[in-house]
Amino acid sequence: MVEFKINGKKVQAEKGEILLDVAKREGHEIPTLCHHEKLGSDGRCRLCVVEIHRGSRRRFVASCLYPVENGIDVYTDSRDVLLIRKTILELLLARCPGSDTIKNLASQYGVFDVRYTKDTDKGKCILCGQCIRACESIVGVSALCMSGKGPEKKVTTPFDEPSEVCIGCGACAVICPTGHIYIEDKDGYRTIWRKKFELARCPKCNRFHAPIEQLEFISKKTGVDMEELLICQNCK
Amino acid sequence: MNITLEQLDTISLRYIDAMSKYSKIIKICCGTGCVSSGALKVYEELKRVLTDRGLIDEVLVKKTGCHGLCERGPIVVLGDEEILYQSVGKRNINEDITALLKTIGENEIVDRLLYQGEDKGKRYISPRDIPFYAGQKRIVLSLNGIIDPEDIEEYISKGGYRALYKALLMEPEEIIEWVEKSGLRGRGGGGFPTGTKWRSCRVAHGDIKYVVANGDEGDPGAFMDRSLMEGNPHSIIEGMIIGGYAIGSNQGFIYVRDEYPLAVNRLIKAIESARSYGLLGKNIFDSGFDFDIKIFRGGGAFVCGESTALMSSIEGKSGEPRAKYIHTVEKGLWEKPTNLNNVETWACVPHIINKGWNWFASIGTPNSKGTKVFSLVGKVKNTGLIEVPMGITLREIIYDLGGGIREDKKFKAVQTGGPSGGCLPEAYLEMPVDFDSLTRLGSMMGSGGMIVMDERNCMVDVARYFLKFLVEESCGKCTPCREGVRRMFEIVNRICNGEGKKGDIQHLEELAHAISLSSLCGLGQSAPNPVLSTIKYFRDEYILHIEDKKCPAGVCKALIKFSIQPDKCTGCMRCAMECPVKCIKGAKKEVHVIDSTLCIKCGTCYDVCRFNAVTIE
Repeated sequence: MVEFKINGKKVQAEKGEILLDVAKREGHEIPTLCHHEKLGSDGRCRLCVVEIHRGSRRRFVASCLYPVENGIDVYTDSRDVLLIRKTILELLLARCPGSDTIKNLASQYGVFDVRYTKDTDKGKCILCGQCIRACESIVGVSALCMSGKGPEKKVTTPFDEPSEVCIGCGACAVICPTGHIYIEDKDGYRTIWRKKFELARCPKCNRFHAPIEQLEFISKKTGVDMEELLICQNCK
Repeated sequence: MNITLEQLDTISLRYIDAMSKYSKIIKICCGTGCVSSGALKVYEELKRVLTDRGLIDEVLVKKTGCHGLCERGPIVVLGDEEILYQSVGKRNINEDITALLKTIGENEIVDRLLYQGEDKGKRYISPRDIPFYAGQKRIVLSLNGIIDPEDIEEYISKGGYRALYKALLMEPEEIIEWVEKSGLRGRGGGGFPTGTKWRSCRVAHGDIKYVVANGDEGDPGAFMDRSLMEGNPHSIIEGMIIGGYAIGSNQGFIYVRDEYPLAVNRLIKAIESARSYGLLGKNIFDSGFDFDIKIFRGGGAFVCGESTALMSSIEGKSGEPRAKYIHTVEKGLWEKPTNLNNVETWACVPHIINKGWNWFASIGTPNSKGTKVFSLVGKVKNTGLIEVPMGITLREIIYDLGGGIREDKKFKAVQTGGPSGGCLPEAYLEMPVDFDSLTRLGSMMGSGGMIVMDERNCMVDVARYFLKFLVEESCGKCTPCREGVRRMFEIVNRICNGEGKKGDIQHLEELAHAISLSSLCGLGQSAPNPVLSTIKYFRDEYILHIEDKKCPAGVCKALIKFSIQPDKCTGCMRCAMECPVKCIKGAKKEVHVIDSTLCIKCGTCYDVCRFNAVTIE
């Protein structure tokens, strides 16, 4: 058990617990963008940065990764913390002016406009990496990656080519916090990440419901017969 | 068969004996700088001529690592620091080879090849007397330029691997205590106490531990690590074996950028020969201690010099840093305790073991011990590699070693610490150079880059240059560094283009503050330094750019206009002839005029005018 303070209030937590989890439990609101309950954290967006005092030492840490320690004083709304949040939101808004997620979050912190030239080539991607982590650790195929560095960094499939391992499940699009990932189901086909997937038709209701490649993947992994998987969730 | 101390001594004696057969020893610097100036040609040609004349058994010609005075390469040293010849073969290789033969055969010193200061005054014979060298204290570089880096026997003959022998007889704990007491701090930039790091790694839980040497030098204009790896690779290897023993690690990695092919080759050769002499491998010196080293070649991303990004890169992942809330000494490479030090730090270790911690601690300032290697570049007369005791003043470095500012222009600033360091103005020239003083002033020691600037450098433009570098080299993982630094560049670029707005300075300061507090790694946290330090010390220059739309240094093209003062122009026609766009009109002995509608503002006229008639407004 460790004991420390958040915004002046004494709190207790298990040793090794992550600060963000403790703060949320204690009712202190900290905004996040790249953190996901099931996928954990990577420390990319830096929106959850908080101020920590320990004796005379003052530092700023990403609360989504910081293991709590005895005797620290955490401030989640200090002047500098608010400056950091506003700055990051303004920067993301300049990058993704079309994202409602960013617009809404920014307006909560009083950021309504940007002082920079707005990007037109980044879409709504804030490079949080949740799609990559979901694909890798939940779906288990690793079809996505980041390429390039600096401002040119982007999420893509290897070599920008249709991925051989992608099963078209669309988990990346579901988890994307800003709705950047393009997915389209049309005329019995799904298009995602430059790859076209044939959709399976449910023998009972005759509706298209999932890419055949995805069902084959599941069948191989679980041993469940393809015949059975072809029946959609509604008709089961 | 394990090597013994007696065998080391035998190798030394054999080597010294073999050398005594030569009547003359000629050392040709074959560091990257001299090689690019033609050193290999001089080496081959001299050997060929000596063979033709039947002198090759009497005169030994050998390649050495970097001497430091790269500007004057190729450097040739005759005997034991007796004569230094500069720019050999640069103008006319045959003439210079003949001159060398004269010195070799008849002991005749050839004046024109001797070093001469920029002032065209005294010529110096021995490198020991040249001010550039005389002011240095060479410990890490002590054998650079003296030994053949590809010959392990020469390193052994100079006392090499004796520190390792001594260390293996000591308790690991005692070695760590020595390193702690020596006051050695990390030479890669952070300045973290090396002994403390070693101790943390030693006590960390884990059956497998790693040691890593960081040779991923990436600062523009810096070549400290490169010269060391090229010039004396065994000193790094010896330091790493000692560190491995002290920490409890049997595996080392040297991370070196692939753009340093010579360093890579020499390190590979050094590791192979150390293995074949039993200095790497199983049961070194019959101590029961095993250690080996692998080389890992980096792809050239600046961020891979950051410890966690470097480790990601070795693991085969993309070079992105990670949070260090759990230190790498506890969970580093493949989640195992890992001790990473810069190559220069490793190279200090054998000296500390050989000469004792108190000897090392007697050099430098109370909190920064020993020496530091800098690459001194920019507008100084002598550019090159220097090693100086900590605590030396900036003025001593720039004016005594560096010989002052080129063309005796006025000193304006010195940029220390690489791209994320800071620019210090004249007021701090008397400041002693050590880790803490530089950080206090808003710059940093970094890995030892030092760029000198004069009155013709615009500080806003300098900030823009470093920002551009950092924008491109940000790995892009975290928002403040990826997005923030490029927006700082956007603002500074606007100011340089004459589109600065009131409030830009405050905006930059605020953005810089947020970036430095919230970025993930050291690169982002220090990225605002070039802007913050130039605003701090050269605020007026920013204001002139923004409010008066003027660039006092005459650099920012959108803000300057070149014109010729009629009372000073002699009509010599030099500017008109040199002008690349031929926009200067005027007859001989008549006042010339620049057509500003055609002028591309390259500044050639300003630079070539001998009468100071060209002015920049």
